[in-house]
Amino acid sequence: MSAVADTAPQGAAEERSARAPWALTAPALMLFVGVLLIPLAMTVMLSFHDWGQYKGIEPVFILKNWREIATDLYYAEMFWRTFRIALLTTLITAVLGAPEACILNRMSGRWKSFFLLVILGPLLISVVARTLGWALLFGGNNGLVNKLLMSLGLIGTPLRFMFTETGMVVALAHVMMPFMVLSVWAALQRLDPQIENAALSLGAGSLTIIRRIIMPQIMPGVMSGAIIVFSLSASAFATPAIIGGRRLKVAATLAYDEFLNTLNWPLGAAVAILLLMALVLIVVGSNALIERRYAEAFR
Amino acid sequence: MAYLELDQVGKQFGAQTVVDDFSLAVGKGEFISFLGPSGCGKTTTLQMVAGFLDPTRGAIRLEGRDLIAVHPARRGLGIVFQSYALFPHMTAAENVAFGLEMRKVPRTERAERVRSALAMVGLVGYEDRHPRRMSGGQQQRVALARALVIRPSVLLLDEPLSNLDAKLREDMQIELRQIQRTLGTTTILVTHDQNEAMSLSDRIVVMSQGRIEQIGTPQETYERPASAFVSQFLGKTNDFAATIDRSAASARLVAGSWSAAAPAGFTGPVTISVRPERIGFGDAGLAAKIVTRIFQGNYWLFQCESECGPAIVIRQNDGQPQPAEGEAVRLAWRPEDTSLRAGVAE
Repeated sequence: MSAVADTAPQGAAEERSARAPWALTAPALMLFVGVLLIPLAMTVMLSFHDWGQYKGIEPVFILKNWREIATDLYYAEMFWRTFRIALLTTLITAVLGAPEACILNRMSGRWKSFFLLVILGPLLISVVARTLGWALLFGGNNGLVNKLLMSLGLIGTPLRFMFTETGMVVALAHVMMPFMVLSVWAALQRLDPQIENAALSLGAGSLTIIRRIIMPQIMPGVMSGAIIVFSLSASAFATPAIIGGRRLKVAATLAYDEFLNTLNWPLGAAVAILLLMALVLIVVGSNALIERRYAEAFR
Repeated sequence: MAYLELDQVGKQFGAQTVVDDFSLAVGKGEFISFLGPSGCGKTTTLQMVAGFLDPTRGAIRLEGRDLIAVHPARRGLGIVFQSYALFPHMTAAENVAFGLEMRKVPRTERAERVRSALAMVGLVGYEDRHPRRMSGGQQQRVALARALVIRPSVLLLDEPLSNLDAKLREDMQIELRQIQRTLGTTTILVTHDQNEAMSLSDRIVVMSQGRIEQIGTPQETYERPASAFVSQFLGKTNDFAATIDRSAASARLVAGSWSAAAPAGFTGPVTISVRPERIGFGDAGLAAKIVTRIFQGNYWLFQCESECGPAIVIRQNDGQPQPAEGEAVRLAWRPEDTSLRAGVAE
């Protein structure tokens, strides 16, 4: 057996071993190309086509859709709102999620697994059912949330949650929380269990320990959580569609409406592609920034 | 007066007693080791001194003042952890400076003290390195510098060398001892490595199952072990069942064909314990047969089957011919190399 392999021309063996990775990844690669790259390329092409109320889609190459998005302030407002909501959601999940992960990390055995399940809960329920649940809680002036806040004396008059950005941010933050908690939790797992004692023995108080020792070490976790939450919130569809309703649109619901209500597919494609590009730029940019910032300490 | 004093300290986790009736007086500048197998309570005791755990019973005093009432951040002790517990997001110099920052030491003095602390552990030129880019030995040195720079009243070392390879560990032992001598810092080392404890400490506290088995200098604990546990834990030893023969005019201590004048104060069956390097091959003594002979470079290790059970003998490789495997020999040792305990060895 080995004699045969030894006498086989070396070039052929090398060629075979060079082909093997391609052959092995081919099925996945074909799927990737077939269901992602080709439709994506077609969407890009579509965004340059023309469209008219009576003539439908015309396969020509024009910049009409892109010019419309660039000049009409309606779209600027839409994208601004999308990223504002995503940013607020990210901030809320970071501010609440990071301490949540720290508390979770300190819990012991049974309680830890129970609360982990509670935190992962939102992911186990369909996003539509979950958002409709929030709609019920928000529901007008007599919604449970308003009643609770008023009985606690936090607000005097009912707040508007339905069809507002506030409502969207609250619902999105709830949906996205698990991603932030899990990401910070993973960073906490890597912490030396004695590190707090080390800081304590050197004379640091508990606030200093959190600020100077714990926080800097979980920041990479917060950052990667933030990237996940931001990109998922900015491209979220179901929650903005249900809480935001027909009037308060974000980029994803706008693209949907252009495709399925106005039937202006080329404009919808342009909106979708712009959202995708903006997200890729933001995610890749912040990732590079994080890597440079933490490369020295966390490689 | 003792510098650091532990007075009948005990620690209970639920129904389990982890440390019991631990009393120890440490002199100023002394190097003490807590030695014992894992789970013997040595780390728990260290953590009680550090303040990470509160003792269930007893008192801990530093220069006569109650230490338990002092918050761990205010105790001013230097601690080196087994995992080093360096701050990975700070450079070596920042790690060392942290304790000084917490003490509000002015910037210029801080820089000077950090510089000299890193120089002391031989890390000049590594100031701006992050811990993850340093070797285990270098991290160890940063941890030591960080603990010493605050000029601690007591230095606590929790198995600091156990993550290093053998060669480096030896070098670090020598260095640690030199630094400790130079600074004169009172030091407590927790270790399960008897060689480390013996080569570093002024006194060793041998612990087992939460209790102190013996406190003594390395030589005392090795040569006159107070219990079977100590004799077996510190180095290799041979335990032989022996009897006291009072039929003659003067009582004899007898183990097989070996005998010596019996010391006073013992009757009935006893256990004698002899270190393998104290046993020689002679014309008279315990009859034995050599089962295996292992060459170790500077010494020979013989495993023998004697009248009183298995025995090990260590002979210096001094160029003299040594008995071969299978050879019948007589094992002899001086009466003063025998340590005697009442009862029969298990």
